[in-house]
Amino acid sequence: MSEVKLANFEQARELGLSKSEWNVILKRMGRQPNETELGIFSVMWSEHCSYKSSRRHLRKLPTTGSCVICGPGENAGVIDIGDGLACIFKMESHNHPSYIEPYQGAATGVGGIMRDVFTMGARPVALLNSLRFGAPEHPKTRSLVSGVVAGIGGYGNCVGVPTVGGETNFYAGYNGNILVNAMCVGIAEQNSIFYSAAKGAGNSVLYVGAKTGRDGIHGATMASAEFDDQTEAKRPTVQVGDPFTEKRLIEACLELMQTGCIIAIQDMGAAGLTSSSIEMADKGGVGIAIDLDCVPQRETGMTPVEMMLSESQERMLIVLCQGQEAIAQDIFERWELDVALIGSTTDTGQMVLRHKGDIVCDIPIAPLGDDAPNYDRPWKDTPQHAKTAANEITACNSAKALQTLMKSPDMASKRWIWEQYDRHVMADTIKASGSAADAAIVRVHGTKKALAISSDCTPRYVTADPYEGGKQAVAECWRNLIATGAKPLAVTDCLNFGNPERPEIMGQFVRSIEGMAEACTALDFPVVSGNVSLYNETNGVAIPPTPVIGGVGLLNDVALAMGFGTARAGDALILLGQTTGWLGASLFLREMEGREDGAPPPIDLEMERRTGVFVSDAIQAKRLRAVHDLSDGGLGCAAAELALASECGLHLHASPDLSAAAWFFGEDQGRYLLVVAADSAASIIEDAKAAGLHAEHVGAMDGESVHLGDTSLPLDLLRQNHEGWLPDYMEDA
Amino acid sequence: MKAAVIVFPGSNCDRDALCALRDYATCDVSRVWHRDTDLPRVDLVFIPGGFSYGDYLRSGAVAARSPIMSAIKAHATRGGLVAGICNGFQILTETRMLPGALMRNAGLKFVCKSIDLNVENTQTPFTRAYKGNSSTSIPIAHHDGNFFADKQTLERLEGEGQVVFRYGHNPNGSSRDIAGIINKKGNVFGMMPHPERAVDPLTGKTGGLAFFESLAGAFQ
Repeated sequence: MSEVKLANFEQARELGLSKSEWNVILKRMGRQPNETELGIFSVMWSEHCSYKSSRRHLRKLPTTGSCVICGPGENAGVIDIGDGLACIFKMESHNHPSYIEPYQGAATGVGGIMRDVFTMGARPVALLNSLRFGAPEHPKTRSLVSGVVAGIGGYGNCVGVPTVGGETNFYAGYNGNILVNAMCVGIAEQNSIFYSAAKGAGNSVLYVGAKTGRDGIHGATMASAEFDDQTEAKRPTVQVGDPFTEKRLIEACLELMQTGCIIAIQDMGAAGLTSSSIEMADKGGVGIAIDLDCVPQRETGMTPVEMMLSESQERMLIVLCQGQEAIAQDIFERWELDVALIGSTTDTGQMVLRHKGDIVCDIPIAPLGDDAPNYDRPWKDTPQHAKTAANEITACNSAKALQTLMKSPDMASKRWIWEQYDRHVMADTIKASGSAADAAIVRVHGTKKALAISSDCTPRYVTADPYEGGKQAVAECWRNLIATGAKPLAVTDCLNFGNPERPEIMGQFVRSIEGMAEACTALDFPVVSGNVSLYNETNGVAIPPTPVIGGVGLLNDVALAMGFGTARAGDALILLGQTTGWLGASLFLREMEGREDGAPPPIDLEMERRTGVFVSDAIQAKRLRAVHDLSDGGLGCAAAELALASECGLHLHASPDLSAAAWFFGEDQGRYLLVVAADSAASIIEDAKAAGLHAEHVGAMDGESVHLGDTSLPLDLLRQNHEGWLPDYMEDA
Repeated sequence: MKAAVIVFPGSNCDRDALCALRDYATCDVSRVWHRDTDLPRVDLVFIPGGFSYGDYLRSGAVAARSPIMSAIKAHATRGGLVAGICNGFQILTETRMLPGALMRNAGLKFVCKSIDLNVENTQTPFTRAYKGNSSTSIPIAHHDGNFFADKQTLERLEGEGQVVFRYGHNPNGSSRDIAGIINKKGNVFGMMPHPERAVDPLTGKTGGLAFFESLAGAFQ
């Protein structure tokens, strides 16, 4: 040990550790750490790996339920989907790297989330992406969109997992920090799920996949700090993706999992070899010894700390039953992947690293987890916004407003994006982006069941009121699943916020989680996995709080999958749920009036649940022709999307009580637009009322225009506007 | 009929192809690993879509040099059927079993969408179940589908009825809107669209069904 240089506090501070954290290290080690040891502590205690600001609040989320097999704490969440099968899923951010290097940042985000899922024994079957870019007029936006989309497509298309859905917003609040959140859903046999606890000493530690290079060193630390004007200089910390290796890793790992010789398996994600080895050893209650000279290396002269912190992609660490190495070797060599025996588990509880004959690290493993900082950061509530009166906006040409909203960046068709994604590979995609359904639907291969998947967040609402906004993100996701005929099961979350050391940001975080928790509990929609991305700030300006919810639901009979592209001329339109004309924090207010004030629409969760159950039952009973949930842009935009998808015009009556703006574009929650055969409208309305719900006949399908009250817009023109914005924007370089 | 689906590292439509051949062409299907040197006794060799070897070099270029390729060439020489879809088509042009090349899409972007195709030749074992002079709809999903050949080759392809599918609206810049071709002998066929993704009404349109029905009929 004498040859190895000891580290001092100055170095620790540069790696993002505080004085108190440094003192804990000194105390637990009884000496100064060397540079390798310090590097390990710094990444393990980074915000990204330790959740030090968020942990105590995440505990407020409900994580159990009848469908939950494994909640947060593993690589991904696991739920029961019946017939001995499990759905394994998670969402994760890759915000910081995607801003610095959009193609590779986004690509490796997709790769990382797929590894989290197949690590647990699931074959990935669907990808979604929740993207938030800066204002269209910001000089970087176009190239960021172009790079991120190409990166997502380049990775997912090559691996051969369909990208079936997602959302894309544009807003000036993301000018300096875009959000790239990737979700992966996989399917596994319940009796073949793999966890990360490396129980038992004396087992082999196997390294497989790509070689280790210097890319991504300190990526986890970068993701735990704000950006400033020197951000571009961080480009070398962005990893480079290799989807071809990922594809081979999936096949080889799933094959090895069949052999029964794996004890634990982890992908080397954030903080690479460090976090994967420590997590497996820590959970298994064992020590681990690694000979760094055995690690496959892409570059020469790598130091121990470089190897331990590298975030080179497409690498897995496997703890294998002793003596089974040949089986693994055989499989990985057939797939032309590097495989190396690099160490073993021990009974010492220490992590011991050897390099060129020296012991370069000898630290106790338990404190890395047990003593990880856990901060109760001060926070303060977001000031409440005043309500916006429903009839405040009097002058509104509804058809003109509809035209403007439908071509606004947030509402405009994202075809330019999703046509670059392979949505059909694996041949089980029932509904994907562009399929006119509120959620993506992917069949469980070889069965008549299907998963419905949606990702949602309305940052306008969360900004105005983090608690209600958190609730709304969960409720909208739930509603989207309901509208496809699925039974909502569970969610993953991806919580994107600014600097938690600022009380107002911490307040957004805390209150959003509390709102989410209330909604998840009320809707029996537990959180089974998730990711926190803090420090999304540049030069002290934070992003709008963006807690994205990724929900999964189950359809027992895929033939009953519901969408909104199936309305026919003559059908009746029924609005289910109460309309008060809520314009606060609405898309209408922002796009038409240039105002971002007002409290967001509140949600009555009990009413939400009952409304959803009614829709669900009506779909099962085959009483509905089409269903579309109401969200951004309210009734008017939902109807317009329905008309475009069904290639049929429609008429919506004006309201006797509400102004046109409030009636057509208010964003009251918990509402669905139901399409039924004209002769069954009365009975549906009657049944809804009997169930204590608000339902009214609001119009009918007919003609080739969308009529809102006495204004109208031809479908062709609406389509041109809706489809035209994004390609015009992207090709106007 | 017996069929073999060839699997290269990076193939990702092998399962889809296998299922479609089994369910819609009533084939007895097996997978064959690219490093094998012998084919089982089969009537049809199917080279599926995907990104063989990541397509980091020219698409299909590395796979075209895989050990199994000489057995596939021998199978074709004996008159056996060979179908290459998407990456499979790229591989067949790289082996010169089919003429031309597939370049990067004219728009430079990956394109995934359902596309209208005109069926130009219904006298092949791959298209016999399509109606003459008909159009159909099958999805494409590729980055390198821009078919290119010199003028003489194009004239020959057209003259000999070797153009099997043509795009209704050209999505990738392909010469003369060509989407699928067959060799002169009529047993080696390649196309960029994915018929195996267009067989089940639950997943979309069913324009690929006739492709598999044609194969089912080819050996009856």
